[in-house]
Amino acid sequence: MNKDRHVLSITVENYAGTLSKVAGLFTRRGYNIDTLNVAETMDPNISRITVTVTGDEEVLEQITKQLNKLINVIKITDLTCKKSILRELMFLRISSTKETRSEIIQLADVFKGKTVDIAPKSITVEVTGDEDKNNAFIELMKPFGILEIVRTGLTAIERG
Amino acid sequence: MKAAEVIVKCLQLEGVNTVYGYPGGAVLPLYEAMRKLEMNHILVRQEQSAAHMASGYGRVNNTVGVCLATSGPGATNLLTGLATAHMDSIPLIAITGQVNSKKIGTDMFQEADVVGSSESFTKHNYLVKNAKDLPRIIKEAFHIANTGRKGPVLIDIPKDIQDEEIEFSYPSEVDIRGYKPTISGHSKQITRIAEQINNSRQPILCIGGGINSSGCSKELVEFVEKTRMPVVCTLMGVDGFPNGNPYFAGLLGSHGYPFVNKAMNKADLIIVIGARFADRSTAVISHKNTSQHVIHIDIDPAEIGKNVKTHTPVVGDAGAILRQLNTYDYTSDISPWTDGIILERKRYMEENLNREWDAQGTNPCKLIKSISDKTGSKAVVTSDVGQNQIWTAHYFLADDSRRYFTSGGLGTMGYSLPAAIGARMAADNDTTVTAVMGEGGFQMLMGELALVRGHDLDIKVVIITNERLGMVRELQLNAYGNESYYGIDIGFNPDYMKLAEAYNIKGYLIEEDSQIDEVLKEAYGTNEPCLIQCRVNPDFPTLAHWRWR
Repeated sequence: MNKDRHVLSITVENYAGTLSKVAGLFTRRGYNIDTLNVAETMDPNISRITVTVTGDEEVLEQITKQLNKLINVIKITDLTCKKSILRELMFLRISSTKETRSEIIQLADVFKGKTVDIAPKSITVEVTGDEDKNNAFIELMKPFGILEIVRTGLTAIERG
Repeated sequence: MKAAEVIVKCLQLEGVNTVYGYPGGAVLPLYEAMRKLEMNHILVRQEQSAAHMASGYGRVNNTVGVCLATSGPGATNLLTGLATAHMDSIPLIAITGQVNSKKIGTDMFQEADVVGSSESFTKHNYLVKNAKDLPRIIKEAFHIANTGRKGPVLIDIPKDIQDEEIEFSYPSEVDIRGYKPTISGHSKQITRIAEQINNSRQPILCIGGGINSSGCSKELVEFVEKTRMPVVCTLMGVDGFPNGNPYFAGLLGSHGYPFVNKAMNKADLIIVIGARFADRSTAVISHKNTSQHVIHIDIDPAEIGKNVKTHTPVVGDAGAILRQLNTYDYTSDISPWTDGIILERKRYMEENLNREWDAQGTNPCKLIKSISDKTGSKAVVTSDVGQNQIWTAHYFLADDSRRYFTSGGLGTMGYSLPAAIGARMAADNDTTVTAVMGEGGFQMLMGELALVRGHDLDIKVVIITNERLGMVRELQLNAYGNESYYGIDIGFNPDYMKLAEAYNIKGYLIEEDSQIDEVLKEAYGTNEPCLIQCRVNPDFPTLAHWRWR
């Protein structure tokens, strides 16, 4: 992963409009969000927003400080600079024929991917991994003809 | 109890007895509740003014001003006022009506996404979806607005929610998990600052609006008298330190004094307290002097290091930190440095006041200087935006009981008159209130003149006219040369004396310097409002040294 790429794990109070406040802040201050995902935590009143952003130390410091100013933001953790586990789930629909089908399934197996759908002219594979692994799998599938890619964006957790 | 009545009760428990607003369909229940519960409502002429008035009112009273608007256009008009307060960290509560909660998103009559559009102009905002949440939300809103780095908080309340029946109980405590502002400075950092001051030969202190937000002028004076360092200020910090104090140097930045900016560049230690260090302040500071050490003290951690590289950051309340700093002894002898700067100030001010101005019209600096002399020991002077703002900031001698209010961050034209109206309603009878503006800013919200007479407010409305939008004209001149004036001609000016008469206010016209004293003497000699038009030559520069260097 690019060294300027950071995964921020933001816990927020689960009120309507909080996500829009967080996302809006990035737009307003001129920072780009590369990936974003949101879901409840074990406390239903608290949600976790995981964002991937690109920026040097100074930009990251400003993002963190500005996010901290949002009233509903509880805590921000930079999961890139600590020991953490990063994962992303991805669906790939690949063009396939009778001849290529088994090769694709075999390759997916190597990447611990699951074949989740097979149609006469295509095959859909589900892969979970960090960004590098997922990108490598995409490269590998390109020669077959990729019809569609759906990625969730990174989510992350600190090691215990 | 009706939720609308709960809202009014909550406001009253927060000590609010006056609100500035404009009614409409979506706030009908709220207005009915205000009538029943005898809330003092001031009907403004445009909602933007309601925010400026609440801001002026709150700043004089040291409370949180409250403004109200209906849904849709009422709320969108309010936004400029909220953005103004947000940039200057002025606490406000804005309550807006919203269409029925079940109909939100259907583009009803007078529907606007107010929470969405006010997001970047408020410190926080709420869309109330459940009437039972109202007491908690109002309690939180006041707490958020008036603590930490202060600012406006908006509460958007759908009409059907206002009509619901709920039980009334007002919470006594606030607990917001993600909001715990730091007040005291880190003690190790404080010790470090004291050492740095003692090791410095050429320190300079730069203050901003944080001094007023924290209400720590006294602590600041004590600190300055102990350390004997020169004080410079941003536009928001003009009244943070007595302008007549021998250590006061003046305004810094692109519209500040040349000797102040020179001193900022030469200093070996810069201490910034309660200031953002924004572009207008830092534009003229070269970063060639790499041996400079910068200490930044602010309650908002995000401001530290945002615009200027900071060596010693301290997060906390200006007053609390000054009290900590005042426990140390300061032994460094810096008098040659400080005396030099103060002497330069004296020379500059005298030169520019006494300079012969051969063209027609009055010298606006002399006008403001005379206003400064006549306003007495307790005063509020508001200024608008443009040349009048800079003239007033330079020549009105402010301190913590001679306040100077202006739209420092957003630069909102039209601010001066409504802010003065709010200030007048909060100030006691010994305080004079003066609103300075140009004809451009005045005409933006001049409808509010009706409130001056309608509420018999003793405000001296000073309109400096030069038939131009003076500051933009000057920007065009500097950027493109003197053939390039475009779109800055006022074209038609009303007869201001007749306008004053129409509003049943006494009007005065000043056309040359010799009339200033006589007019001001009469104007400030009564408790009556008046409108003073002062004609100034369009070539009169914003800063004297821009023309006469």
